[in-house]
Formats: sequence, C-alpha cells, structure tokens
Amino acid sequence: MRSKILLPIAVAVLFLCLWDAAVLFTKTDVFPRPYQVLLGIVELAQRGLLLKYIVASLFRVSIGYTLAVLIGVPLGLLLGWFRPAFFALNPLIQIFRPISPIAWIPLAILWFHVDDRAPIFLIFLASVFPITVTAISAVQNIQPVYVRAAENFRLNQFDLFRRVIFPACLPQIITGLRIALGISWLVVVAAEMIAVNSGLGYLIIDARNAGKRYDLVVAGMLMIGVIGLMLDLLIRRLERFDAVLWGYSQRD
Amino acid sequence: MTTTKRDWQGSVSPSPGETTATDIAGNTLPIIKVCDLSVSFAGKKADGQIDVLSAISLDVQKGEFVCIVGPSGCGKTTLLNLIAGFIKPTAGSILIRGCPVTGPDPKRIFVFQENGVFPWLTVEQNVGFGLARRPEENRREIVRHYVQMVGLTGFEKSYPRELSGGMRQRVEIARALAANPEIIYMDEPFGALDFLTRLKMRADLTRIWQGERKTVLFVTHDIEEAVQLADRVVIMSARPATIQTEVVVHLPRPRDLDSRGYLEVRDEIFLTMGMSLKVGR
Repeated sequence: MRSKILLPIAVAVLFLCLWDAAVLFTKTDVFPRPYQVLLGIVELAQRGLLLKYIVASLFRVSIGYTLAVLIGVPLGLLLGWFRPAFFALNPLIQIFRPISPIAWIPLAILWFHVDDRAPIFLIFLASVFPITVTAISAVQNIQPVYVRAAENFRLNQFDLFRRVIFPACLPQIITGLRIALGISWLVVVAAEMIAVNSGLGYLIIDARNAGKRYDLVVAGMLMIGVIGLMLDLLIRRLERFDAVLWGYSQRD
Repeated sequence: MTTTKRDWQGSVSPSPGETTATDIAGNTLPIIKVCDLSVSFAGKKADGQIDVLSAISLDVQKGEFVCIVGPSGCGKTTLLNLIAGFIKPTAGSILIRGCPVTGPDPKRIFVFQENGVFPWLTVEQNVGFGLARRPEENRREIVRHYVQMVGLTGFEKSYPRELSGGMRQRVEIARALAANPEIIYMDEPFGALDFLTRLKMRADLTRIWQGERKTVLFVTHDIEEAVQLADRVVIMSARPATIQTEVVVHLPRPRDLDSRGYLEVRDEIFLTMGMSLKVGR
C-alpha cells in the first residue's frame, strides 16, 4: 500500500533531479530548470494570464465537446440500429474520420476568422467521430438476447432506444466519450496556437515568439498536462455508476 | 382492489373470455398447435441448404407443462424460437389459440438460455420491466409478489452482476411471470447452472407452476430434467429433426427421483433415444 504512493513520488523526484542535472550539465541558457518553471507559473498567475487562459481553453473544449456529444451519441445509436442509414453514411464518416482536425485549421480560419468559433469547430470535429463510431459499434455488438427480450415485451421504437439500446450501449459510449475528451484537449492546444489569441496553446506559442521565454513554454505544457489529467479523472467517474458498472471488467 | 388481484393472478380463476376453447365436436382446442412445420437455412455452398426441422406437428393444451428433449444441435431451440415468433418457418403453420403467430408477443414470454436479464436494471426494475403501463402502486405490488415467489426477497435493489447465475435465472422467471403471459417458453434455462442449483431450480419451478398453472414449453437436453418437470415429454430425433415420440408422465408432484415410476419413465426415454443405460460395456 505504501509503495503505491511512495514509488511514484520517488520516480517524479528522480525525474526532476535528472532534468535539473541535464540543464546544468549542458550549460544551456535557453531551457529552464524546474524551479524556473515554477517561478514562471507564479508569474503567469500574478499577471492574471494563467486563470484567464485556462478558462478560455476549457470554455472552447466544453462547447465543442458538448456539441459533439449531443450530435454524436444519438447519431451513432441511430446509425448502429438502422442498417440502411449505416450503409448510406458510413463511407462518408470513414473518409472524414482520418482527417486530422489540424488539417481543418485553414478552413476554420477562412470560415470563422480568428475567433472562438474556429477552435470550437475543430474540437467538435475532433471528438464527434470517435463518439459516433463507438456508439455505432456498441449498438452493432449489443447482445442479441437483450433485443429479443425487448421485442418480446413489444416496446415501441422510442422505448426500445430509451429502455434497452441506450443503457445496453452506455458502458461503451462512456469509453468513447473518454477517448474523445482526451483528443479534444490535445486539439484545443494545437488550434489555439494558430487560430486565436488566448488559451494555453496561445500562451505556449506566444511565450516562444515574444522573447523566447521557454520557462513559460514549459509552464504552459505542465498546466496542459495537469488539467488533462483532471479532465480524465473527472470523466472516469461516469464509469462508476451502478447502471454501467456491469459493462467494465473487474479491474483496479 | 380485489379485482386487480384477480387480474394478475388470472390463471387461478380465468375470466370468461379466457375459458378453454372447444371445437364443434366439443373437444378442447390446443393453445399451441404446430402443423407440418419445416425450416431450412441456406448453407455455405450455393446449392446446399440445411434442413433443420422437418414436418413437426405438436399440440399443447392450456396449462400443460411440455418438455422437448433431443440430442444437442437437433434444432430444439430453433423450434422454440419458431413457436415464439422470433424466426419464420419455411413451411407449415403455428397457431396460438387458432391465430397464426406473426411475431413475439408479451402474452407469450421467452426465458432465455443465456439469461436475458438486463444488467443495467436492479432486480425489481427487471421484474417490473413488462409492467411499464401499469399504475405505480399496482406495479409495485406485482413485483413484490413475484420477487417473493422466486425467493429473491431482500435482493430487490441488487444488480444482476451481484447475483449468482441461479438467482439471475430466478429474476428472469419472475420477469416473465410478472407480465402475466398465457404461455412461457423456456430454452434450457438451467443449462448453465451447477448440479445442485439446477435441482433446486427445478423443484422451485414445479412449485411455481403448480401455483400459476401457466402453459409451459420447456426445451432441454437433460432427460432427467424433463421427467422431473413435464406432464409430457416430446422426444426429437437428430437433424433434420422430427418428433420421434411422446411420453406422458403421470407421476404426482413433487416427484420422487428414486421412485420406480420415475426411473421407468426416465429409462424408457433413454432407450428411445438409443442410449445404453450401462456404462462401460
């Protein structure tokens, strides 16, 4: 039990020491030492930029991601259930899906200018495909016995979705939501580097361009890592509800 | 509230509309009538088709407990799925109370081999699944009644993953009974359970059936199970399956598994199915 806490702390401390030693050893004056990164975070907080940029990034992610959930989940359930709709739309989805959201940046700027809507659009694109595709495969792999039981009780189409298909797919849908949120957080940083003038991604590119402040670059990276971890821990709580626990193998 | 009580224990005193139908000659009409039923599936080769069932005819009377036994893979489950309306026959007819079966119906509930209890619902939500249109109070009363009947009182708020295989099968039986069907189809419902649990489940099913008097059509590969449960055992041949013979079991319930009568019926079925009773010769 003790090693579960002590071991990771020891590894982290070792990592910081190696980092520090590497900077000292190479005598670089560009790359910051760990304590300089810490001072950088303090500086950003004092200038009021830290909170402002975090809020800006989180705002874009929440809007783009929420739109993707609201469209992706119902769309995926319907495409998974109705075969003709699946055959009609699936090729289109499969063509759009491998296009990196980053490739959309020029078009996003063309359509939305340097505006919040551009990164929101990119985040939507980044998350709507994984959400839709996991929902489709969840429906297509549903245990036939649940559908038969539902048919036996003669549910109408709406109740079939509400009372059987949706809950039967929910564990997999939540896994899809988790993956999509991770991707959203990756994409918001990239989008903000190019398409807007605020946010953690902008912070990183701006710190480099305006005076080679690599302490602030690494500080920004650290914040992205910490917030990404918190988002994942947050969405993982969805996997703990009684109505979905059955869908996950016994781990931990 | 006395009327509602009679409503969901309908089989105790059938309402006028539900009395057993008779034909012109006064003979009782079967509740399930299967006539010359055949089914074949397309094989892997273009010309090859696999005949699963051929010319099956079977009558089941209201309130009867009929077991279908046969070698594994002979098409017992297919037959049950046909009668339940999940698949369509290639030829022949299936009539329930004289009407052709067009699909599954809430008046005829299927209990699945692989357990169709919904894992996202609690025991009581599962048992009440078919009662969504009932008023809340009535639903709760029915659920309580059947949860108690299958011996799951105290587990109402549990999820299926917290229950044993036997308990999950009890939930499914309670869910079927709560919907107050006229017929229950059971497809090897105890097949995945261990020996002792299976014995207990059979004893409990007999007790429940004696109380409810539903028509039960029960598929099993276990001859002992069939003789313990059924009024009549229908024996199917290997594929393409047809009905080989029927054995009426006149033994009183609960059945004594050591009685001579039980052993005679059992051995008769073993012999019919071409199995030697002596091991090692």
